Amino acid sequence: MFLSMNWISDYVDLSGLDKLQLINKFSLSTAEVENDIFFKGSDISGIVVAEIKSVEEHPESKKLHLLKVDIGESELVDVVCGAPNVRVGMKTAFAKLGATIGDITIAPRKLAGYTSCGMCCSEKEIGISDSNDGIMEITDDVALGTDLKDIYEIEDIIFEVDNKSLTNRPDLWGHYGIAREFAALAGRELKPLDVVDLSKYDGLEKVDLKIEDPLCQRYSCLKFGNIGVHTSPVNMRIRLYYCGMRALNFLADLTNYLMLEMGQPMHAFDSRKVEKIRIKRFDKPFTFKTLDGVDREIDENTLMICNDNTPVAIAGIMGGLDSEIVEDTSTLTLESATFDAASIRKSTVRLAHRTDASMRYEKSLDPEMTVPAIARFVKLLTDIDNGATVVSALTDEYAFRYDDVSLTFDKAFVDKYTGIEIANDTIVNTLTSLGFGVTLSDDTFTVSVPSWRATKDVTIKADIIEEITRIYGYDNFDIHTTALPIYPVRAAQEQTDEERIKDMLVKRYSLHELHSYVWTYYDECKALGIEPEENITLVNAANPNIQTIRKSVVPTQLCQLKYNTAYAPEFGIFEVGRVVEGMKEDGLCDERKKLAITLFSKTSDVETLYFKLRDMLAVLADELKHEALTFEKTEATHSYQHPKNLNAIICAGKVLGEIGIVNSVVSKKIDKKAAIVYAEIDVAEFATIKNASISYREPSKFPEIEIDLSFVSDAFAPIAKAIADTKCELIQDVKVTDIYTDETGKSITTKITFSHAERTLTKEEVMAVVDKIIEVLGAQGINLKNAPAL
Amino acid sequence: MNLAEVKQSFYDALAAVSTMEQLEQVRVEYTGKKGHVTELLKDMKSLSNEEKKTFGQEVNLLKNEVNEKITEKREELHRLEIELENSRMPEFDVSVPANLTRGSYHPITLVQRQCEEIFKSMGFTVEDYSEIVTDYECFESLNIPKSHPARDMQDTYYLENGQLLKSQTSAAQNAIYKKYKDALVNEGKAIKAIFPGRCFRNEATDACHENTFFQMEGIMVDKNISISNLIFFMKTMLSEVFQRDIKVRLRPGFFPFVEPGFELDISCAICGGEGCPSCKHSGWLELCPCGMIHPEVLKAGGIDPEEYTGFAFGLGLTRLVMMKYGIKDIRDLNSGSLKTLSQFTDDK
Repeated sequence: MFLSMNWISDYVDLSGLDKLQLINKFSLSTAEVENDIFFKGSDISGIVVAEIKSVEEHPESKKLHLLKVDIGESELVDVVCGAPNVRVGMKTAFAKLGATIGDITIAPRKLAGYTSCGMCCSEKEIGISDSNDGIMEITDDVALGTDLKDIYEIEDIIFEVDNKSLTNRPDLWGHYGIAREFAALAGRELKPLDVVDLSKYDGLEKVDLKIEDPLCQRYSCLKFGNIGVHTSPVNMRIRLYYCGMRALNFLADLTNYLMLEMGQPMHAFDSRKVEKIRIKRFDKPFTFKTLDGVDREIDENTLMICNDNTPVAIAGIMGGLDSEIVEDTSTLTLESATFDAASIRKSTVRLAHRTDASMRYEKSLDPEMTVPAIARFVKLLTDIDNGATVVSALTDEYAFRYDDVSLTFDKAFVDKYTGIEIANDTIVNTLTSLGFGVTLSDDTFTVSVPSWRATKDVTIKADIIEEITRIYGYDNFDIHTTALPIYPVRAAQEQTDEERIKDMLVKRYSLHELHSYVWTYYDECKALGIEPEENITLVNAANPNIQTIRKSVVPTQLCQLKYNTAYAPEFGIFEVGRVVEGMKEDGLCDERKKLAITLFSKTSDVETLYFKLRDMLAVLADELKHEALTFEKTEATHSYQHPKNLNAIICAGKVLGEIGIVNSVVSKKIDKKAAIVYAEIDVAEFATIKNASISYREPSKFPEIEIDLSFVSDAFAPIAKAIADTKCELIQDVKVTDIYTDETGKSITTKITFSHAERTLTKEEVMAVVDKIIEVLGAQGINLKNAPAL
Repeated sequence: MNLAEVKQSFYDALAAVSTMEQLEQVRVEYTGKKGHVTELLKDMKSLSNEEKKTFGQEVNLLKNEVNEKITEKREELHRLEIELENSRMPEFDVSVPANLTRGSYHPITLVQRQCEEIFKSMGFTVEDYSEIVTDYECFESLNIPKSHPARDMQDTYYLENGQLLKSQTSAAQNAIYKKYKDALVNEGKAIKAIFPGRCFRNEATDACHENTFFQMEGIMVDKNISISNLIFFMKTMLSEVFQRDIKVRLRPGFFPFVEPGFELDISCAICGGEGCPSCKHSGWLELCPCGMIHPEVLKAGGIDPEEYTGFAFGLGLTRLVMMKYGIKDIRDLNSGSLKTLSQFTDDK
């Protein structure tokens, strides 16, 4: 919203004060002011009122005229002018020699063979309107040669307030409310609005008016007739233009002017079309043509202003074309009303049509404003158009009143909330200047909230704190730390785990952490041959591609791999991300936090890559929990899984997730030759595993005995089991040192290390254990490749 | 050969030695069982006892001399061998670029960690929270009424079951109050918490807008937390984040869950407050919303607002990341592109 410093100054005397400093203060205390401040008219000088005394056609140009103009000096001035609207006797704005307009300084100039000693200006050239159809026509009775700046408010400081920062301040949507803030900030008096006493029309007939819907809070109206003025005064047009509105005709301009001044939207109907004003909603949808000529679909939730049963305006948004003021309108009905804010906002959204009026109504306007706005309108109207008459009594239905808000608090509350000392006097003066009623007795304040702040804005004590402190100025705060007892702060296991997992994967395994979205990339998955799986969906996703929440991070990572295949011959990515594993019993999503790792290689075979990942996970479990992992074969259930080598990852008896190879269909689409493996584990589940502490064991001072046993076996698991089952405490370590395949099949060489803490072992006791192992395995058909070597 | 001849021929032979093998041959040839020096003793039979004694001593002297020379020669040969080996070592080309293959963190992780460290050092707990929340958590408990624009469908992603993707980290506030309120009331432990998290807004994406982004929110609640404390902590915390003395200024800002609410600006890092294109020539950058926690919000968390007050602030983590590394397009962060994201190896 653009604001005019001249307009504000109508209501508060700011003379002698630095305006820019005040605007900055306003930005820090009230609402955000945009950076660009416009100094209107500052680039213009030497423009005077002139009268065209003669007009001659240029002999060689159809467009140009040769004029003689009177600028109030002894001699007429010769001017060559291209404007189409020149005529003898017309008064216009004239840039005399030496005048400046922007960067241009007016000097004598030859135009098509004739010298022009100055320039007749259009309103656009002076910067006071968009009109460039011809030169400005001045109808006011002013002496020739008067500087335009002496009669018109061409000079002004215009600043823009961010509308968003006014969301909660319905009182700041007009200059009067802004002036109140400036008055409080500058410590000056706010002048009252100049209005007409409407009670003098009480004897006239009232308008037939009835509010039939609770969404209309208050509806006030008044009828006028005999309007003789059609064009607004120049100063009014300048203010409208500077504040971003186009001047139209006097009545439309006046309603706009009132809106910009008081924040109260108004609408003028042709009285013939609104004989019985009814405010209501309709049961059935219909089409309604608004005054901008657009057909709009009105539904049963949209509040309408009607002439009995005929809709004439969309309440709070826009009037209808049919009831608009036209040339032969003799009587008009002025509406000044307030409506339910949420209803207006929703209608605006439904209609996709936001107007200056609806923007204000959305903020919960003060219903107390409707009548003063009419009183002000009458004042302006009759000042400008002496012939205009009021032809009805003020008609006012006040259906919904906000409660009066009164708040009581003591000085200690203010001290506690602010943390600084603000004197009682300062508090009283600040609140009073903002229109609050304040009484103070024994450090207890009783504050009554003015109606324009009581529609939603100020309702609790903390709101009053804001009023006091913002005017006090946050820059003026003495800031200090708190005095709080100290105690240790422990991080949650899950956080510590997550941090260490990331560190390990990045630092030790050179993996890359990526982020992805929480939904399944439908199209991308499809393209890779990953069947998107059903899961809970968003009801309002912008497109179906991102509609379904993911069940696993793995498909997302595979999509990411697809466009990173050229990054390096071998690399790995990981993410700690959220998924939804269906619904819980209470109907809420079962959201889980997962660690997903995907390794990609064009240089390693898939087995090597798989074991690299397997070992990575094992180190992770060992490093973070000092626990070993076990793996259990599971069945593939998702399209991205390879049917083989899919294993559940088990740690301390808990299933954490799975490790697998990416299905060839998918991996070939990512890269024809690359091996791709993945693992996914539940981070929260992992965090529930207690971190077993390191169990220190003093190394034996006596020699160890190492035995290598090579068994012909397809798997290590039975060998490991046979060794574990001996429960022999002499066994210190078991390692697989070699795996090879020859004509007898696959052989696994296992090195078992024996030792005793307090003595040297005998061959016999070691061999007894070894024989037991050989015997147990032999019974399962797993035999030694060769005799054990001591 | 007599002794002198043996000696002479030894020196001649030794002089011709150039390898360990040759040296060994010479050693065997002179001091071996049948070597020339040993053979000399065999000629002693014909000598008198007196002569034997003298000759024997001479031969022994020669034997010692030979052994000594051979040892010397061996050491010399050994030294030459090492020298030769050293000289064979090639000169490496260290101008070849180093192999810098290593992993990377997502830049959000790096900046989030830095922020967490700062708050942890001031006794704040770090809270994790779900991404899918209820309407109560995201709005109702935060004093955002049903009719508030923030709850419009177009801003928030709603799920079939009525839950939603959290549109703000504030959605965790209520749960955190409830988690710590007993310790606050019974043990007098102030609530000091930060909660980083991923947020979602249903909007079209471009270089400046993302539907998925990170925020970090913080709260402090105790008996006498004031606006003065809020400004102090914001200034201190931001000075730590940016590692320089930050000037802050507060402007009124409206957020339903705080009262008073503020927009906090910091002095522009690029121009130092002089005004530049980055700060739109104002010298200030709008950085984070903050405010005193609204009494209704405390109440919803089971905390009596008559007795306790607190402040809350929200930091745009994603924005901080973009500022810190000069990332121009917000979409790069979720792009999954290793070309972009593998650059963030570490940042302590």
